[in-house]
Amino acid sequence: MRKVPRHSANHWSVRLGPVLFILLLLAAWQFAVSRQPAHLLPGPIGTAEGIGDLISHGLLFKYVVASLFRVTWGFVLAAVLAIPLGLAIGWYRRAELAFNPLLQILRPISPLAWIPVAILWFGVGDAASIFLIFIGCFLPLLLTAINAVQSVPAVYVNAGRNFGLSTPALLSRVLLPAVLPQLIIGLRITLGVAWLVVVAAEMIAVNSGLGFLIVDARNAGNRYDLVVAGMVLIGIIGLLLDISMRSFENVKSLRWGYAEEG
Amino acid sequence: MASLETIPSRASIATKLSVDNVEMVFDRDGSEMRVLDNINLEIGEGEFICLLGPSGCGKSTLLSAMGGFLAPTHGQIRIDGEAVQGPDPRRIFVFQERGVFPWLTVEGNIGFGLFKLPRAERERRIAHYIQMVGLTGFEKTYPAELSGGMKQRLEVARALAVNPDLLLLDEPFGALDSITRLIMRRELLRIWQAERKTIVFVTHDIDEAVQLADRVVVMSARPARIQQIVDIDIEHPRDLSSPRYLELRDGIFQQIGLAHQI
Repeated sequence: MRKVPRHSANHWSVRLGPVLFILLLLAAWQFAVSRQPAHLLPGPIGTAEGIGDLISHGLLFKYVVASLFRVTWGFVLAAVLAIPLGLAIGWYRRAELAFNPLLQILRPISPLAWIPVAILWFGVGDAASIFLIFIGCFLPLLLTAINAVQSVPAVYVNAGRNFGLSTPALLSRVLLPAVLPQLIIGLRITLGVAWLVVVAAEMIAVNSGLGFLIVDARNAGNRYDLVVAGMVLIGIIGLLLDISMRSFENVKSLRWGYAEEG
Repeated sequence: MASLETIPSRASIATKLSVDNVEMVFDRDGSEMRVLDNINLEIGEGEFICLLGPSGCGKSTLLSAMGGFLAPTHGQIRIDGEAVQGPDPRRIFVFQERGVFPWLTVEGNIGFGLFKLPRAERERRIAHYIQMVGLTGFEKTYPAELSGGMKQRLEVARALAVNPDLLLLDEPFGALDSITRLIMRRELLRIWQAERKTIVFVTHDIDEAVQLADRVVVMSARPARIQQIVDIDIEHPRDLSSPRYLELRDGIFQQIGLAHQI
């Protein structure tokens, strides 16, 4: 038995660990870049200067907002359509049997394969990239909702029927709360997908946003500091989106769905 | 064994539930599987009946049919002379503790079936049954934070709150440890004596059946038939070491074909 007290997860030295590690990696990155005369990659200082440039030209805020705007529309439209449809398909076994082959064929198609179709239908602009994000989110959310309904234990539905609930009441008071934890996991993963797709969509279909920034910085003068700055921003914003979705998992009436067994 | 005579339904008590020539045949992978074979049973108002049989014999199937969750292939189940057509709040099926809704608090679960009552009456009933099952102080607690025994009491309270005339309990204490199980049996008897509901209780535990029931319905292995109906003519509280208790218990052991030895 050791008497040395272990630091709790909230102790400052434990929390500082990852920060120190990142600083160490940044130092190593800077060191490696300084030893390499050919400009294969900007260093962290160059990247920070690139971000500073974006701020001073007023582009940082504009591009981030443009990307988030497209993600929000594509993601929300997909959620609003896919979740009710998926719940209905999951609830009616025959609907699932009818739709399943189609869904299994559509599923392996990358949302990026839709780019030509998106441009043909919507032209170059916001609508095309929103459509691509919608495509990228719709199927995963639909499948999540179908699976969530089918994994609801029959005992909950039977108990709901036993207490005399009408079908609408059964859906809102039993089915929906029972699937919510799984839906939120699905939404979280899908928001990550949306954030991946927006970058690709902006490289082709529009002239603003973080994806456009990366392509434009390369095309218009090989500004690789701005390319890496764009990548860093994408990473940080993606992380923030994920953290905000994850916070739902602490809601008390949902937490049962995430508890470990036993 | 003089004590193991079949006791026909007693004429002095009004019949609550009658099972007439019930047969249940399931279709499993194209072949017919007979689960219940010609079951006839009459249960009186306020009676405590245990359905006893080996695991998988079909006693839970019979209980589900009584609850209206399964329709018999042949025959009929009538409650108060009326054929059972589907689940109904007048007869509540209590699953093992798995049946409580994890997204609702103790209060929310007990109030689940009370949606037709005015608010004041609903709150009065919730408070009454929380107290009856000894969950005072846990009103705002979610099931994940309750022990198995507390969840089981919660489910019984939720059932009692809608004031059913018939409680159908499917091995309700099967998942509990042996000490909690004994306490729960005593609690259930106390509640039964206070509320005088008709209870049909499925178990594979011979001791449990003899401790609780007015009559024990002994069922055979699949396809289940009623092998014997044993009248437990011992007053509550029952002395578990009395000669009569041991005689009845050992009689059932022999009836099932088990010598009472290990």
